[in-house]
Amino acid sequence: MTALPSAAPDTAAPDAGGPAATDSAPPGPWLLGVRHHGPGSARAVRAALEAARPRAVLIEGPPEADGLLALAADPDMRPPVALLAHVVDDPRRASFWPMAEFSPEWVALRWALDAGAEVRFIDLPAAHSLAAGEESPENEPEAEDGAPDERPTLRIDPIGVLAETAGYDDPEAWWEDVVEHRDGTPGADPYGPFAVLGEAMTALREAYGDGGHARDLIREAHMRQQLRAARREFGDDVAVVCGAWHVPALAEKTTVAADRALLKGLPKVKAELTWVPWTHRRLARRSGYGAGIDSPGWYGHLFGAPDRPVERWMTKVAGLLREEDRQVSSAHVIEAVRLAGTLAAMRGRPLPGLTETTDAVRAVMCEGSDMPLALVQDRLVVGDVLGEVPDAAPAVPLQRDLTRSQRSLRLKPEALERELELDLRKETDAARSRLLHRLSLLGIGWGERSASRGSTGTFRESWRLRWEPELSVRVAEAGVWGTTVLAAATARAESEAVEATVLGEITALAERCLLAELSDALPVVMRALADRAALDTDVAHLAQALPALARTLRYGDVRGTETAALGEVATGLAERICVGLPPACTGLDADGATEMRRRIDDVHTAMALLPEAPEGPTTLRDRWAAVLTRLAGRDTVAGEIRGRAVRLLLDDGRLDDTEVERHMGLALSVGTPPGEAAAWIEGFVGGASGGGMLLVHDERLLALVDTWLTGVPADAFTDVLPLLRRTFSAYEPGVRRTLGELVRRGPGTTGPAPADAGAPGFGAGLDEERAAAVEPLLRLLLGASTHGPGAPLEPSDHPASDHLAGVGK
Amino acid sequence: MTVSEINSAGAGSGVEAAAAEALRPHAEHAFAHELKALAAADDRPRPARWQLSPWAVATYLLGGTLPDGTVITPKYVGPRRIVEVAVTTLATDRALLLLGVPGTAKTWVSEHLAAAVSGDSTLLVQGTAGTPEEAIRYGWNYAQLLAHGPSRDALVPSPVMRAMAEGMTARVEELTRIPADVQDTLITILSEKTLPIPELGQETQAVRGFNLIATANDRDRGVNELSSALRRRFNTVVLPLPATAEEEVDIVSRRVDQLGRSLDLPAAPEGMDEIRRVVTVFRELRDGVTGDGRTKLKSPSGTLSTAEAISVVTGGLALAAHFGDGVLRSGDVAAGILGAVVRDPAADRVIWQEYLETVVRERDGWKDFYRACREVSA
Repeated sequence: MTALPSAAPDTAAPDAGGPAATDSAPPGPWLLGVRHHGPGSARAVRAALEAARPRAVLIEGPPEADGLLALAADPDMRPPVALLAHVVDDPRRASFWPMAEFSPEWVALRWALDAGAEVRFIDLPAAHSLAAGEESPENEPEAEDGAPDERPTLRIDPIGVLAETAGYDDPEAWWEDVVEHRDGTPGADPYGPFAVLGEAMTALREAYGDGGHARDLIREAHMRQQLRAARREFGDDVAVVCGAWHVPALAEKTTVAADRALLKGLPKVKAELTWVPWTHRRLARRSGYGAGIDSPGWYGHLFGAPDRPVERWMTKVAGLLREEDRQVSSAHVIEAVRLAGTLAAMRGRPLPGLTETTDAVRAVMCEGSDMPLALVQDRLVVGDVLGEVPDAAPAVPLQRDLTRSQRSLRLKPEALERELELDLRKETDAARSRLLHRLSLLGIGWGERSASRGSTGTFRESWRLRWEPELSVRVAEAGVWGTTVLAAATARAESEAVEATVLGEITALAERCLLAELSDALPVVMRALADRAALDTDVAHLAQALPALARTLRYGDVRGTETAALGEVATGLAERICVGLPPACTGLDADGATEMRRRIDDVHTAMALLPEAPEGPTTLRDRWAAVLTRLAGRDTVAGEIRGRAVRLLLDDGRLDDTEVERHMGLALSVGTPPGEAAAWIEGFVGGASGGGMLLVHDERLLALVDTWLTGVPADAFTDVLPLLRRTFSAYEPGVRRTLGELVRRGPGTTGPAPADAGAPGFGAGLDEERAAAVEPLLRLLLGASTHGPGAPLEPSDHPASDHLAGVGK
Repeated sequence: MTVSEINSAGAGSGVEAAAAEALRPHAEHAFAHELKALAAADDRPRPARWQLSPWAVATYLLGGTLPDGTVITPKYVGPRRIVEVAVTTLATDRALLLLGVPGTAKTWVSEHLAAAVSGDSTLLVQGTAGTPEEAIRYGWNYAQLLAHGPSRDALVPSPVMRAMAEGMTARVEELTRIPADVQDTLITILSEKTLPIPELGQETQAVRGFNLIATANDRDRGVNELSSALRRRFNTVVLPLPATAEEEVDIVSRRVDQLGRSLDLPAAPEGMDEIRRVVTVFRELRDGVTGDGRTKLKSPSGTLSTAEAISVVTGGLALAAHFGDGVLRSGDVAAGILGAVVRDPAADRVIWQEYLETVVRERDGWKDFYRACREVSA
């Protein structure tokens, strides 16, 4: 555990209980108590090690990692990295020991490797801590040194107590003032800080005992044993780097027998360790495995800056803001430094800390606004640093988990490309599909979806599989996300959801989450989706997102996943569309209107798929119909959209024929510009939506079109011609021909239904003879009992569609 | 033994008598005893010509109890950080710009800062669209000018000029309402700390202790945006809106009560629910997120400040009193809310309807409010 913040202290107490010697070279072993991830501690550790030059360095951490320590010197190893220990058969049980460049443990490790000293980890073996951690969270081992937020309240936070004693209400601020901001004055006693902090911790432990960290006693017993072993080997020429909290325990005099007794009979599992890359962002994460420091970037800066940290920090901030096109001059930097210094003085702090610098940046460089400040927080205070691990590091548990899944699902990774057809109704196939979807979420492109050949049913999936060697690298990279494919994919999806900026990205992600059955990630994704939808002012985006969601809902049904939350979000999205659509449909040009009409079509289809909440006097579909009605009746809405709205309402049976006729009459009356009217017709009957059939069947509508068309003035006719051509050329040839015949017959027949059955039209009259001809086939299709052998279709020059349509009428 | 004490000892009796009669006494008079007690207890270093140390100024604004038992009332309720940054800014001789929507106590804070720092909050330039350059630099006494020609005697110094000469804190209210060319006169004053008087071939140099506090409204843009040259000379502190709904409900109801009494409106005992509702609606739309933090919302273009919430409730009370049954109901405030929220008829209306449909409709006990809003929005 190297990770947690904790306090730092002392070395001084030379071990066997001797009083802390503060002289230039106190006798070893040197106990260097640190705060995990404390740059001040790191610097002090380096100074102390330089001064003492011990032959062996013992570090708090899992001893199984000893074999991996040499990798830390590898040029390809770049912090932040983490030691990862996991149970061999169960990668989900894992612990991380993150190390950043400014971690004292990392500094000690690198110093020892560079100086050729023996280096060992001396904490309780991960085999025991993982076994014990079965019932408690994985980060148990890290917990001990005091990350304030992660532990139950009865555990004491040593730094918090010390800060409180010193009259600080913020432990971080106290720590910064007392330790991190101490100048490394040349010539100062390199052991001084450790002595002081060690004494403080000793006092604390006298007062609080184990402070609620009961497992510490066992760990400390193990550390003492290891220390004894090292001293047998190297004499007193040994330095120990551990959490300050443990220093008094290591200095304590106990008997070997007592320690042995403590360590007896500990549960054990088989554990494996490796290095994994880490990020600053994960260091900043308070929950989970994170080490729980808020400002790794700031700490890294404090550690890296040779001098004048505040001035350098402000310059960095100014640089970042300039990159983002904010005007920040050197004068700003000067004033910010001055303000930070004065603020610190006023608050009685020796040097400006992160709070003061942040306040100063806000007031001077950001004009009091928090928005650019958020950028500084994200990019500098936390930072984007990504660690790297050399290839020689052992395989990550993710790879093992993958291998196991591959074996159990009988999916061999083969370089040869092959097709895989999955039937999602089968258990194994569904599991295979999930695995492939999860991998693709992780960027491990082993399988690629291909168009289904056999069936178009939603329960079928086709994949093209091909294992490329570099995919192993991808697996290793994906190791940062988690130790199992499921956990990693979940973490990745959650992070993508949070980072996505475009609504469409998140809906796509939601779809993939359902396909991959990442039910844990779904709430996060849904939340992001709802947020993004709420803020998106472009109805077009919402309209684009809804169909995907509706589709996702249906997939969810097929796979039996929980989709209630998804349904809720989709409904919310639909509500927003209902509200925002009418204003968005006004003032569009022709292309915009066509685009919008397509969107409305999609939304209309999607609306039908949404679950209908039983609440309220009006249902969602009612409201959607009301929106369409409003669109249909509003003059400022583009003609194409009005026409389509009327059509959709007609198809849904929400408008009767008379109403439709009224609408059409209005749209096609003389007062309407011909272009607008033609667009209306396109919207109403255009496209492959079977609009032609409508005209064929309703002579009144056809007559309206006919009348209007003949009334179009000659000079306007050439304008509307392309549009009309587009509308009518999309019809099937049969429909076109019938329409033509109907028109040729002339509008004179619009009166009572044409009685003569032989007429080629489709009026109210029925052509008994032709109807009888298709009847047997229809019976066959509908599964009704047939009488007599089906009469063969009468050879006819009419396309079949005409017949069927005619009968249908 | 601060200057203020000497001042008040000398001119004290007359000034204080006048202050007692004043409808609204200046901060340095109203809280004279607190300032005196602070100055007595204050042993920290004071910048030149400051009446108090920066620490004591912060205490004066934020409140506290002095060792001698004097209770300092809080003048500003809000984040400590804001006050600390503001005071520190003045101590670093940078000008201070207080930004915030109306009703966030900008003027109040600036008056108390000036009172605590310089013991005088009256060196004030009120910014308006008609504020001339003379109000910031100097004017002339034309009778003198014509009779004796240009001289120091004929010159009428502005509050800013006086503050420079005496090392005091000057205040400029509503800086963004002042025309841009007039604003820019401040640049020389703030960067060179001098005010040239070309007519006399002289200048007035600021002595130590001079500083300037400006206030501006950061929501109603389109007035006179500060030039970046001027902006650069200010440290900016944004005064936030009330942090919690309870705090805001409290402010609104107290103020509504005061206003109602002066307008002789009958008290509406049942009105608390509606006030809470108005504040909730305003806060949610303003913050762009529902009170439970679960749903994000779009924010309309209006300010939706506490001050507007107060006027909506007052208007509703008047409606209820004169045209209703005297009880403040949803219908009485609905129209007022609509007016405050929908400033831009196109975009804001959509935002409002979205809010109604996705948030208000589902909320328990808000049915009547939803119906009332639907009625007025239709």
